[in-house]
Amino acid sequence: MQIKAMRDVFLAALHQKMQKDNRLFFVSADFGAPILDKIRADFPDRFINVGIAEQNLINVSVGLALEGFTVYAYAIAPFITMRCYEQIRVNIAILSQLRPMNINLIGVGAGVSYSLSGPTHHCLEDLSIMRTLPNIEVFSPSDYLLAERYVERSIAHKTPKYLRFDAMPMLPASESVENFEDGFRVLQIGSKAAIIATGYMSQKAKKVAADFEVMVIDLYFLNAYDLEKLQACLKNIETVITLEEGFKGVGGLDSEINSKLKNKQVINLGFELKYTFKVGSREFVHEENGLGEQDLIELVKMLTNNDSYQNKK
Amino acid sequence: MIDTAYLKQQAKFLRVETLKIHKAAPEVRVASSLSPIEIFTALFYGELLAYNPKDPRDENRDRLVISKGHGSICMYPLLADLGFFDQDELKRVCKSGSFLGGIPDPIIPGYETVNGSLGHGLGVACGIALALKTKKSTQKAVVLTGDGELNEGANWEAIMCAAQHKLDNLTLIIDYNKVSMLDFSQNIIDLNSLSEKFKAFHWDVYEIEDGHHIEQVYNTLKTAFSAQQQKPKVVIAHTVKGKGIPFLETHPLSHILSVKEADIDGFVEEINNAD
Repeated sequence: MQIKAMRDVFLAALHQKMQKDNRLFFVSADFGAPILDKIRADFPDRFINVGIAEQNLINVSVGLALEGFTVYAYAIAPFITMRCYEQIRVNIAILSQLRPMNINLIGVGAGVSYSLSGPTHHCLEDLSIMRTLPNIEVFSPSDYLLAERYVERSIAHKTPKYLRFDAMPMLPASESVENFEDGFRVLQIGSKAAIIATGYMSQKAKKVAADFEVMVIDLYFLNAYDLEKLQACLKNIETVITLEEGFKGVGGLDSEINSKLKNKQVINLGFELKYTFKVGSREFVHEENGLGEQDLIELVKMLTNNDSYQNKK
Repeated sequence: MIDTAYLKQQAKFLRVETLKIHKAAPEVRVASSLSPIEIFTALFYGELLAYNPKDPRDENRDRLVISKGHGSICMYPLLADLGFFDQDELKRVCKSGSFLGGIPDPIIPGYETVNGSLGHGLGVACGIALALKTKKSTQKAVVLTGDGELNEGANWEAIMCAAQHKLDNLTLIIDYNKVSMLDFSQNIIDLNSLSEKFKAFHWDVYEIEDGHHIEQVYNTLKTAFSAQQQKPKVVIAHTVKGKGIPFLETHPLSHILSVKEADIDGFVEEINNAD
């Protein structure tokens, strides 16, 4: 398996689609990628760079989408969600309820994938604020194979979507993608507890749980997954940990799971409600927030020995 | 040929009907809905816009984005008159269950975008204009904003973008009534000279000295729409907020003022009797 970035794989597949489908339009807020140069060169009339202007990125994309184009709007994740949240709310969430539009917001830099760039580039609020808007599907893939699969869905589902891509090249979390439309997948089976994670954290969960009897679930359609199938998967499991690269307890993955799995013990793991200014590797930033590999392994250890965990509680 | 008498009559009709709506639904913003009346009259009754009441999303329509939605209540009687929806709906403005609210949304046939939050229309219209060009459509995109609304920064992102992409199928009409919510706009953010600003941003600029003079409005809009300068166009219409209601015309708080229910019939009569 190769190491690849989600955006490169997604954009390469999109480039192919753009050759055959002249209704696909790409809008960037002066944010690039090697494959994007190819899109720009090959489809100059269906690519526009609006400059460093995310509000206008959204508005222009909406205008194009209202006219029937399938639009991809592209920028750094915190900026395409938070700089222009009002535009997303008014012109996408609200308007799309009255006028259908296929608009795909691609945010690159999920969680702390830009760990060295500090709090402006750490994207820890987007899962909760995007999830709270009606009419927008939130896609949070854990690897490039999922990202690639989403290209078809992004064209077929004529609704607004937010694609939360990691910035860093990574190995796939699993060799192949099965039952993609379920919105989640089991990366590891286990009976003592389950970790439900999203994005990069699904890969991390798989790593830290490797030596334990813990199920690892990668949830990538945050508000469009098959809940019944997920519940069936977790039928014999009492304890669930949610794990996300996002602020804890404020409406992200944890809130989704807490509200849906009411008859289980759910432990929520995520970032403390503070910003991290000290720079370092992604793992360093995780450690600063109690989410380092060792922190997680300790927790998993505790959980797989039920008695000791209960005592500690 | 322009039928001035007819257009004047229609403008009078819209002014009177807007006041009647205000009488029944005092919640609607009346002053800001009285300033763009001649603009809408020229666009619709002057047939400067292509529209289809039977199919409001007709591919062959011109796209009119009314960004100052709250200040377009005069569109209600206009759209009903043209057959976009049933006349009876006008009696239900702001009543429970009505689609005609205090701020119009695209649930109303004839509206393109969501209103209520300012500074959104121009950017969306840029995207529409770009799409029309890409589709090789000859239809145009037209946006109406107020002047206070231009304080919103997103407009200026769109103003730069439209010039960069030479969107000459896009026309911005500014209902320059010079009153914002709490004061004359000059005392909040002075936009003068608006025309120089747009020239500096490489727009094709037109100005209507009296935005209530129907011939001036009609002729300037017509000239602007047909111009081909490889630039987006702006028509700055100098208007009067609350036009037709003397105490509103000079009041810095006209935006939030209502006309007393008991006074409305008198104003209607004055407007009907004016020449």
